[in-house]
Amino acid sequence: MVKLEEYIPIVGQSIIDDLKLLGEKLKGKVIQHVNSTAVGGGVAEILTRMVPVLKELGIETKWDVIKGGQQFFEVTKKFHNALHGRKEEITQNDFEVFLETSQKNIDELDTSADIVFVHDPQPIALINKRRDNKWIWRCHIDVSNPNQKVWDFLMDYIVKYDSAVFSAPSFSRQLGIRQFLISPSIDPLSDKNKSLSMEEVDAVLKKYAIKKDKPIITQISRFDRLKDPLGVISAYQQAKKYIDCQLILAGGTAVDDPEGAEVLHEVKARAKEDSDIHILLLPQNDIEVNALQRASDVIMQKSIREGFGLTVAEALWKGKPVVASNVGGIPLQIKHKYSGLLCHSVEGASFALKQLLSNPGYAKKLGENGREHIRNNFLITRHIKEYMLLFLSLYYKEDVVYL
Amino acid sequence: MPELTKAKEPFRFSTRLHLTELTGLRATNLSQLSDLMEKVPDSCIYHHTHRFLQQHQYLSPEPPNDFAYWVAEVLGEDELAEKLASIDTIQYADINSLRKDFIFAINDFLKDSPLAKLKFARSGEEFHFMKSMSFILPTGFIAYDLNDFAQMLKQITFDSLYFHIFEARLRLGRGKNDFSNWIEDSFGDKALADEISGLDPYTYTLEELRKKLIWIIKERIFG
Repeated sequence: MVKLEEYIPIVGQSIIDDLKLLGEKLKGKVIQHVNSTAVGGGVAEILTRMVPVLKELGIETKWDVIKGGQQFFEVTKKFHNALHGRKEEITQNDFEVFLETSQKNIDELDTSADIVFVHDPQPIALINKRRDNKWIWRCHIDVSNPNQKVWDFLMDYIVKYDSAVFSAPSFSRQLGIRQFLISPSIDPLSDKNKSLSMEEVDAVLKKYAIKKDKPIITQISRFDRLKDPLGVISAYQQAKKYIDCQLILAGGTAVDDPEGAEVLHEVKARAKEDSDIHILLLPQNDIEVNALQRASDVIMQKSIREGFGLTVAEALWKGKPVVASNVGGIPLQIKHKYSGLLCHSVEGASFALKQLLSNPGYAKKLGENGREHIRNNFLITRHIKEYMLLFLSLYYKEDVVYL
Repeated sequence: MPELTKAKEPFRFSTRLHLTELTGLRATNLSQLSDLMEKVPDSCIYHHTHRFLQQHQYLSPEPPNDFAYWVAEVLGEDELAEKLASIDTIQYADINSLRKDFIFAINDFLKDSPLAKLKFARSGEEFHFMKSMSFILPTGFIAYDLNDFAQMLKQITFDSLYFHIFEARLRLGRGKNDFSNWIEDSFGDKALADEISGLDPYTYTLEELRKKLIWIIKERIFG
C-alpha cells in the first residue's frame, strides 16, 4: 500500500504538510463513501487509492458498496448512457426497478456517518435516508447534454443533497444547491504512471513487434465511436504523406460490447493495407499502457465526447506532446499551444501532428509544460486536498473561511 | 552577517487553499458575458482574474485572466482580448472597480463593433462562471527578523506566497500586500515596504516572484 511520504519527492514536503493540516481540521469526522462497485471503473480505482491515504491522514473513512441485481445494473447502465446524451428507451418499468433496489439499499445500508459521499447515479436515492448529517453527490459523468427524462428523475434526489460535485464546468447547471468543480486525478505511483526503465519500455515494444525506426503516434482508448479511432487513422494518414511515422491504437478488449467489436472490425479493415498501424488489444494491462505512452513521440486523444479524458493527463505526466479534441475535461488539461494542441477536426488533428513531428523542440516544450501543469493540478494529492476542503465546506457558508 | 533588528511582532505565515464553486451561469457571446459580469458575486470576478496565477505556473505574463483567454481563443476577438489582458489588476484596490472596468471595456468594444455581438461560442465552449472559496490556515512558519523571513520565503508553498501577496491585498482589502505591511509596521522600514509593494506581481510566475522577493530582502540585509 502506498504511503503518503512516497509522494514527497514528486509534489514536495509542503503539499503533504498542507494535507496533514487539513487532516487535523477534520479529526473526529466520519466520512462514508458509497458507490456501486468495489472493483473496475474509475470510481473504484480512485477510491482504492484514496481511502487508505485519508485514513493515514487521521480521517475515519469508510467505503460501502450498494447491492443490486443484473436488472438494476442494466437500468443504471441505460441511465448512464442517457446522461451521456445517447438515445435510450427508458420505460416506467426501468424506473420501478431502480426504485425497488434503491429501497432495499436504503433499508440495509447504515448511513450514519457525519458526511455521506455518494458517487454517481446508482446509489443516489440513498439520500431519502438522510437524517441530520451532511450529504454530497459526486457526479463522474459528462452531463452536459443529458436525456431530460432521466435528468429530471435524478433531480428530485439531487436537490436534497447539501452539495454536488462535477468534473468539468460544462457539466454544471443551476441546481439550487451548492456545486463544486473537482477534477479527477492520476496517481503518479500507480502502475499506469510510475517511472519505467528504457528496458521495460523496449520489452513491451518488442512483445508487440513495434520498431523504433520511425516516430510513434499513439491513442490509448477503448474501441468506441466516441473515441473516433477512424478519425485518428485519417489524421495519421494525412500526416504520413509528409512525415514517415507509425500509429498505435491500443485499448481494452471488446468481448462483451457488441458495438465495440463492430468498431474494432471497422478499424482493422481501415488499417489492413498499412503495416505501420498497430492495433493492440490490451486486457487491462497498466504497465503496458504506461510503456506504450512512454515510447510514443506524440499522443492523441481525438474523442468526440469525453467525461474527463484522464489519458491526456497520463500522457502529459510522461512529458509527451498531446493532440486532443477540445471536448469535456480536455481543455482543463491542455491550454492550446501552451501545454498541447487542441483540435476540432481530422484536418486540424493532422496539421497538429505534422507541427509536432516536424518541430521536436516545440513538441518537447509543450510536453514539459504539460507535465508541470499535471503536477500542479491533476495529481491525486490535489484531489485529496480538494475532497478534504469539500468536507470542510459543508460547515461554512462564506466564501472566505478562517480555519 | 550584520546584526538584525527583531520585529516588533513576528510574521506568521498563513496559507490559502481553495475550492472552485460552480454557479451554473454561462455566457455564449460578449453581451451575455458583460451582463453576467454585472450580476455575479465578487468571488467570481476574483476567481477569473486570479486563477491562472496559481494554475499555470509556466504561463507568464499571458494569459492573465480567463475573460481575455476566452475572448481570444473562443470568440477570436483579439483586439478586445488584448484590452482585457492589459487591465492592470495591481492598480485596483477592490474587486468591484476591477469588475466595472472589465464591463466597460467589453461594452465600449461592442459599441464600435456591432458585428461582434453576432459571434457565439460553439457548444461546449461557453464561458462558465465560477467562484473561489478560500480556506485560510496558519502554517508553522514564524519569522522574527528579516533573515528568518528570507529563509522561510524559500520554504513556503506557492499557496502561502499567493495568499500574502494577492489575496490579502485585493480580496481581503488590506490595501497592500501582507509583507509590506509587516515590514513597515514591525521595522519602520518604509523604503523596503514600498519596494515590495511597488512590484507588479501579476507579471511574474510565483516562482520568479519568490526569487525576486528573496533577492530584495537579502539586498537590504547585506547591502
